[in-house]
Amino acid sequence: MRIQLTKLAHARSGDKGDTANVGLIALREDFYPLLVREVTAERVKQHFRGICKGEVERYELPNLSALNFLLHESLGGGGTLSLMTDAQGKTFSTALLRMEIDVDEDEAQTLGLKS
Amino acid sequence: MKEKIRIASGQGFWGDLLDAPVRQVEGGPIDYLMLDYLAEVTMSIMQKQRARDPMMGYARDFVPLMKQILPACVERTIRVTANAGGVNVEGCANAVREVARELGLSGKFRIGLVTGDDIMPRIDELLERGIELRNMDTGEPLSSVRERIQSANVYLGAWPMVEALNRGAQIVITGRATDTGLTLAPIIHEFGWRADDWDKLAGGTIAGHIIECGAQASGGNCQYDWRNIPDLANVGFPIAEAYPDGTFFITKHEGTGGRVNVPAVKEQLLYEMGDPHSYITPDCIADFTTVHLEDAGPDRVRVFGIKGRPATDTLKVSISYSAGFKAVGTLVYSWPDAYEKAQAADRTLRARLERLGLHFDQILTEFVGANATHGPLAGEPSPDLAEVQLRVGVRGQDRKAVERFTKEIAPLILTGPPGVTGFAGGRPKVEEIVAYWPALIPKTEIAPRVEVSEA
Repeated sequence: MRIQLTKLAHARSGDKGDTANVGLIALREDFYPLLVREVTAERVKQHFRGICKGEVERYELPNLSALNFLLHESLGGGGTLSLMTDAQGKTFSTALLRMEIDVDEDEAQTLGLKS
Repeated sequence: MKEKIRIASGQGFWGDLLDAPVRQVEGGPIDYLMLDYLAEVTMSIMQKQRARDPMMGYARDFVPLMKQILPACVERTIRVTANAGGVNVEGCANAVREVARELGLSGKFRIGLVTGDDIMPRIDELLERGIELRNMDTGEPLSSVRERIQSANVYLGAWPMVEALNRGAQIVITGRATDTGLTLAPIIHEFGWRADDWDKLAGGTIAGHIIECGAQASGGNCQYDWRNIPDLANVGFPIAEAYPDGTFFITKHEGTGGRVNVPAVKEQLLYEMGDPHSYITPDCIADFTTVHLEDAGPDRVRVFGIKGRPATDTLKVSISYSAGFKAVGTLVYSWPDAYEKAQAADRTLRARLERLGLHFDQILTEFVGANATHGPLAGEPSPDLAEVQLRVGVRGQDRKAVERFTKEIAPLILTGPPGVTGFAGGRPKVEEIVAYWPALIPKTEIAPRVEVSEA
């Protein structure tokens, strides 16, 4: 089944120059392995096609049940150069939460994700 | 040695809630108040202010604030660390001395000044000696924008502030100092940490990172369970309660709004994070993958387990340079077919700019209400949208072209698609773009200066 990340995680994003960072945090510790497996740098790059023009890097923070993504070349030049409404990348967090991932039925059952 | 110290965050940026630092002083026990005033391009604004008036060039909000809180700070020996000095630390300190005189507090406390961050006068000498100050993001050498530089300041760390505190300063005013240093310095000073206590220094640095954005660690901008975060109107700013072993608690004053819990602190930990293994400051390298959090009561989170590594031998330099001009114009289109009308207006506008022969480095069109924040991820907008804001921005080197653009927005109301409004604010303003150039410089090039004197 397909599950949207809003059901599994919360997030905060910000900027460093033309790079947006998105911290993706599992709502429960037992969701974290699912995020590690499914929310890869490649999938995130694909999700943000047309928005992120550079590489996507991913870092794991198992201590916080969180992943940190760096989306390079995403903010129209960044800082004061950018003409974007969201020049600071603050809404990249919720944009990532739109992503849907595959969870098999048994796993969804175990994690209590089936309604 | 004290068993613990409480450091209160009073400002997350220059322009944050004006009464937050007052409430931190009056709302309960604290030992230190830290105030971060300097965003990346703030220094260039201050350079311009000082060029017009040699008395200016610092965060002026700091002075009326001191007038409000100085009596309580002196009476309760609350110490203040603030990077309010901007490009005129001495001017800022003089203004505070004047306030002290007015309040009859002259001679009752000591002021510490930290300078040595401003390398603007040394740029040519540094470039000549082969210190290229290459852009950390693009790799370009600084010489490519040499003529357009407006300010150049090194980020100083905690240690010069520690020296000021060791010499009895109650109010420490710096120029460009790291946000984290404003919190770390009091902890080093109180607990006598050494320059190679890397784990502890990393702990104090991460405490600084958590509270440096003000209420963003105590319920503000918090996605987790946001509907149930209580009383943001009365939000309490965060307080770091630090211990000699390098652990700390994040909390806030009793009776304030907002919320401090593990999810809120996690969100702030990840804010503006790069490689979490290596959070580099002048004082240490902090490893965010070693941070452990646990709820320790209502609005109280324990932070422990943090590991650090030796500091690097460079300091970061924040350079600002003039990079052209920009303007942004907006109009609002209403139902029916709001999005389609806004698109038609954009095409009309662009055709007119073309006919006028105006050229820009970039023209960006966004449709607020349809795709301005999530772009194509938002999907195709409904034809039933109640309204859409057309938002067009241009950027270029020619001020005249940008100015001409600002005169093409209002005419769209009478000469473009129907159902349009929202021009009450007048013509868009042309803004000079002051861009940010991050670079590195060897620590050996920089000698911070510390002065401490009676107020």
